[in-house]
Amino acid sequence: MANIISDETIEYVGILAKLELSPEEKEQAKKDMGSMLDYIDKLGELDTEGVEPMSHVFPVKNVFREDIVTNGDMREDILKNAPGQKDGMFVVPRTFE
Amino acid sequence: MAKQYETVIGLEVHVELATKTKIFCGCSTAFGGEPNTHTCPVCTGMPGSLPVLNKQVLEYAVAVGLATNCTISRYCKFDRKNYFYPDNPQNYQISQLYLPICQNGRVEIETEEGKKFVGIHEIHMEEDAGKLIHDEWDDCSLVDYNRSGVPLIEIVSEPDMRNAQEVIAYLEKLRMIIQYLGASDCKLQEGSMRADVNLSVREAGAKEFGTRTEMKNLNSFRAIARAIEGERERQIDLLEEGKKVVQETRRWDDGKGESYAMRSKEDAQDYRYFPDPDLVPVVLSDAFLAAIREKQPEFREDKMRRYKEEFDIPEYDIEIITGSKHMADIFEATVALGSQPKKVSNWLMGETLRLLKEKGMDSEDVRFSPENLAKLISLVDAKAINGSVAKEVFEAMFAQDMDPEKYVEEHGLKTVNDEGALRRTVEEVLAKNPQSVEDYRNGKEKAIGFLVGQTMKAMKGKADPGMVNKLLKELL
Amino acid sequence: MGLLNRTAVELAAAIRKGEVTAIEATKAVLTQMEEKEDKYHCYVTVDKEGALARAQAVQKKIEEGFESPLAGVPVAIKDNMCTEGMLTTCSSKILGNFIPTFSSEAVLNLERAGAVILGKTNMDEFAMGSTTETSAFGVTKNPWNTDHVPGGSSGGSAAAVAAGECFYALGSDTGGSIRQPASFCGVVGLKPTYGTVSRYGLIAYGSSLDQIGPLCKDVTDCATVMEVISSYDEKDSTSIKREDTDFTSALKEDVKGMRIGLPRDYFGEGLDSEVKGAVLKAAETLREKGAVVEEFDLSLVEYAIPTYYTIAAAEASSNLERFDGIKYGYRTENYEGLHNMYKKSRSEGFGPEVKRRIMLGSFVLSSGYYDAYYLKALRVKALIKKAFDEAFAKYDVILGPVAPTTAPKLGESLSDPIKMYLGDIYTISINLAGLPGLSMPCGMDFKGLPIGLQLIGDCFQEKKLIQTAYTYEKARGVFGGKEA
Repeated sequence: MANIISDETIEYVGILAKLELSPEEKEQAKKDMGSMLDYIDKLGELDTEGVEPMSHVFPVKNVFREDIVTNGDMREDILKNAPGQKDGMFVVPRTFE
Repeated sequence: MAKQYETVIGLEVHVELATKTKIFCGCSTAFGGEPNTHTCPVCTGMPGSLPVLNKQVLEYAVAVGLATNCTISRYCKFDRKNYFYPDNPQNYQISQLYLPICQNGRVEIETEEGKKFVGIHEIHMEEDAGKLIHDEWDDCSLVDYNRSGVPLIEIVSEPDMRNAQEVIAYLEKLRMIIQYLGASDCKLQEGSMRADVNLSVREAGAKEFGTRTEMKNLNSFRAIARAIEGERERQIDLLEEGKKVVQETRRWDDGKGESYAMRSKEDAQDYRYFPDPDLVPVVLSDAFLAAIREKQPEFREDKMRRYKEEFDIPEYDIEIITGSKHMADIFEATVALGSQPKKVSNWLMGETLRLLKEKGMDSEDVRFSPENLAKLISLVDAKAINGSVAKEVFEAMFAQDMDPEKYVEEHGLKTVNDEGALRRTVEEVLAKNPQSVEDYRNGKEKAIGFLVGQTMKAMKGKADPGMVNKLLKELL
Repeated sequence: MGLLNRTAVELAAAIRKGEVTAIEATKAVLTQMEEKEDKYHCYVTVDKEGALARAQAVQKKIEEGFESPLAGVPVAIKDNMCTEGMLTTCSSKILGNFIPTFSSEAVLNLERAGAVILGKTNMDEFAMGSTTETSAFGVTKNPWNTDHVPGGSSGGSAAAVAAGECFYALGSDTGGSIRQPASFCGVVGLKPTYGTVSRYGLIAYGSSLDQIGPLCKDVTDCATVMEVISSYDEKDSTSIKREDTDFTSALKEDVKGMRIGLPRDYFGEGLDSEVKGAVLKAAETLREKGAVVEEFDLSLVEYAIPTYYTIAAAEASSNLERFDGIKYGYRTENYEGLHNMYKKSRSEGFGPEVKRRIMLGSFVLSSGYYDAYYLKALRVKALIKKAFDEAFAKYDVILGPVAPTTAPKLGESLSDPIKMYLGDIYTISINLAGLPGLSMPCGMDFKGLPIGLQLIGDCFQEKKLIQTAYTYEKARGVFGGKEA
């Protein structure tokens, strides 16, 4: 395997992705990511000099809304699935500022 | 000899745009709603929801860009900035990194040291976050997404400022431009304008920049000035001690007058920006830009120049009146209704500013109409009311914009021009105040002031002071 | 002929004529489910009472004169499309209790056409997988042989159509997720041109690749459903205004002069010989019908998979950030502080394949790797699109297999992700290029499993696909559902 994924990298990606992996999962993730990256490295064979990266396949552009209020009070719906709610708000663990 | 240091400051200014709806959904941006009553699946990150750009946001952003001499990107895109925080419902913020709407602008500022340009690196469009409220009872936090998705522009300056005066002059300048455009009310206290300060220090004469920090939570010009001073000293102290400045985000605590680092282990500050696949590129045509250029208002400098030519009012008045687009609008509209410019200016400079200050209000909060101000001025011109009554009427008009003619009528405030009635009152006043009459006749000129006052009091203020004076002198 | 043997269009006609009611049809399907669900497990949620109520309402409307080509026909929806008031899980524990407050635009379009929604079909978790085995709610089995997978990620939808547990179904296709299970289950599936069906209400996996489409018993049904679900939607910025969505007008038995290209790379190493034989035989049939069939070189085929996995994983890593235990879905029981709550909720809520792709996606977007991986992939995507543009300058339709093999056995695929990803080699590039692709049965292998044929069109050329597929279907003869 050309791409060796370090413990630090897995730890770091876990922070970015907000995933906590068990030691076994970490080992597996290192292996999987390494082999996927080896595979993705295949793209390096292609000369893409001067090729514009393509985000959208079609040249769709300028899709706008008019600045008109269309939504009313939907609070009840918005909170319906919340694991925790209080006083019309979502409850989250204490955040420190 | 102690080393000399230079402070290098750049600003990231967030401005909430004055649109009716949010940037990507049809929810209202109005302040003051109950928590989460201005929300929908889009601005709360419900699965399956998708954003659509509010055209007005683009128009405001371009207008600000043009007014700050930016190059407007003919092709721009939105990117996702990924980070987890509860005020950010999708856990990514839609912003612009790779192709922002405006680039390479500049504005001219003026301080005691003279004029200079501050460069604008870029202006981009993005969405605001929701609000976190700390619940002390349950030791948890509560999230309100009413502000989530409110449109912002972020104006990123070049590191061109060297002290707090320049920073404040720059912010004043931006505020003026944006208020003139009607793109935002730009209130620091209410958060519709927020400035983050990037600051570094270097030895005087050094070519390289020092390591910078970013300071957040600055809610007033005073806090900005204090934070700049505090951060400059903190960095210099570190360097003097042979330590290094750490590149970090710090939060200013204005109560304590100090800042602290916001970074935590879970805060990787690696935002993994990439183009948002749910939004399509914005491609601006010549016609679109021309239409916005067409709509640009007369900005302050041009207005000041024109006022000097057109109106015979002091330069100081011009400066104050054009300092608020709203005030300038009232001024011009009142003059257009036929009032004499100097008189309009006097009302704005005198009573209006006094009442604003007294009530802790902003020029933008002035609510009386030019029509009513013009009517008030004509009432005074026609001597239908005297100066002190006019002030009373004005105060009522300032509180709730009403028709001064009707008000004067209903409250019976018209000046009494009946000389016979006035003469009788004056005679009574003289009779009741023999001592003052005596004093006056003995050469104490001042005594007449007291007698005028007594007469006005007896007339409940509705007398023409000129006529009162004339009658007094005559009878004495 | 049994009720369940009918196609959706046939059933709608019978309902219109009063030969059968929407209620009877719904009851027949519900009975079929009662008998077969234990065996196949096509559904995550069956809304029996709701379906009967909807059938009654639609029947009343029909009797009052409401007309629509699908009125009264029971349909199944893949569980990644929001349905108001009906559990929508993406087959994930993290959305195990999520009840949307709005319906996706495609579902609304069906409802406006008088469809009777039965419930939500099983899928690979968040559409990440090719076997429906990554579902948090059990595997779906292939009705043709229950030792085999139905394919994925729209495996529940494909199996439900094949098993007569619905008359047609909606699926979504990000890298082959409609076409491949259609192929494995012997049904017709169409992935439309990107932007043809609104994505509003579709829970995103790879936003630039996702597209909703039908899984049906035959080509006529497929064209009919497409006509109903296609719409320009102001709520989806990537939606495209099209004037040519009268897809049923292409149900013509005529391929004379149709230029059909067979990419050599689609028939090379790795392709099962029985699959190859059946697909080439289908090409031969079309040649006999007057099509001009020839081989050509479509370049870059081997680069599609790494390109796809980079882009899809990157978009997914961001799209799935919203599942954080705050606004909806699963929140872990015990945690200390905010970030621990995020991590535990997500780690417990997502399955291994989803975590694998989120990790990969977060990595390729992270500081220092964005250009090398993500931008590189977007550049290769541009090259792949160009290769298709060149091909479609010469051909009306590209013909090839859907997958290298027929349905693998349960449990065989997940052990080696790369091998599983390789199974998508023929389907993935058309998502990258935004093209339409149709999958339909063209034979059986020696194990008795269906073999799929794939027809790929240039963007907005669904009609050419439908016309070619319809012509082939007539020549091929009836290919019945397994159970019906």
